[in-house]
Amino acid sequence: MKISMIRDLLDAEVLCCEESLESDVYSACGSDMMSDVLAYVKDQAVLLTGLVNPQVIRTAEMMDMKCIVFVRSKKPSAAMVSMAEDDGIVMMATDKRMYDACGTLYINGLIGTKAVHV
Amino acid sequence: MSDALVFHFDVDGDNFTSAGQASTQVKKNLRQLGLSPAIIRRVSIAMYEGEINMVIHANGGTADVYVTEDYIDIVLADQGPGIENVEQAMQEGFSTATDSIRSLGFGAGMGLPNMKRYTDSLEIDTVVGEGTTITMRVNLA
Repeated sequence: MKISMIRDLLDAEVLCCEESLESDVYSACGSDMMSDVLAYVKDQAVLLTGLVNPQVIRTAEMMDMKCIVFVRSKKPSAAMVSMAEDDGIVMMATDKRMYDACGTLYINGLIGTKAVHV
Repeated sequence: MSDALVFHFDVDGDNFTSAGQASTQVKKNLRQLGLSPAIIRRVSIAMYEGEINMVIHANGGTADVYVTEDYIDIVLADQGPGIENVEQAMQEGFSTATDSIRSLGFGAGMGLPNMKRYTDSLEIDTVVGEGTTITMRVNLA
């Protein structure tokens, strides 16, 4: 799925790295617990979270994730936007709740099961 | 490890915001060395979990990364409270973290299991009341 489609499906506001909106992603992970996110590597993944602190960006960076979606109208600080920009991670914010956001992406074909155990 | 390339970091225990900076830097350094993305990801995730642990449980410490032709060693040393029951600490879901740590997105009881998951070996040397040294190895060959 193109990242631009995620933006459209979630009616999300893109906060940085718009130039990468046409990149493809193949899986997604929704969690507010970063260690749960870190437990399974997925390729070209999207992170959906209601947690807003710099460790969200670091977690995505460690996992080589391509896109972060903040749910429930959460907005990151300017410092967090700057971190994501440096890492080339598309960041966006949606009014949708976690369950609705994940479900919307899932039924449109972004299934989260391509976990690769290393 | 006399011919190893060494990266040394002091991990600030008072600053949750900066936690992970050492792992971020190591990730950049390993990229410059031209290592494979999969290896870099394993090293940086394992080190990141360890770094977070040092900040939330042990008031910081030191992190040393040794890169040789055959392996990468990550040595994390702190003078924190030590781990009372290592076997219990290694179980997924077990955590002694406070609710305030959980509200920051950590303390799910996955830190040590993740460190083991992403490395080829994990050694824990801990003394209650004195501190903990964790040595992880990722093989390159």
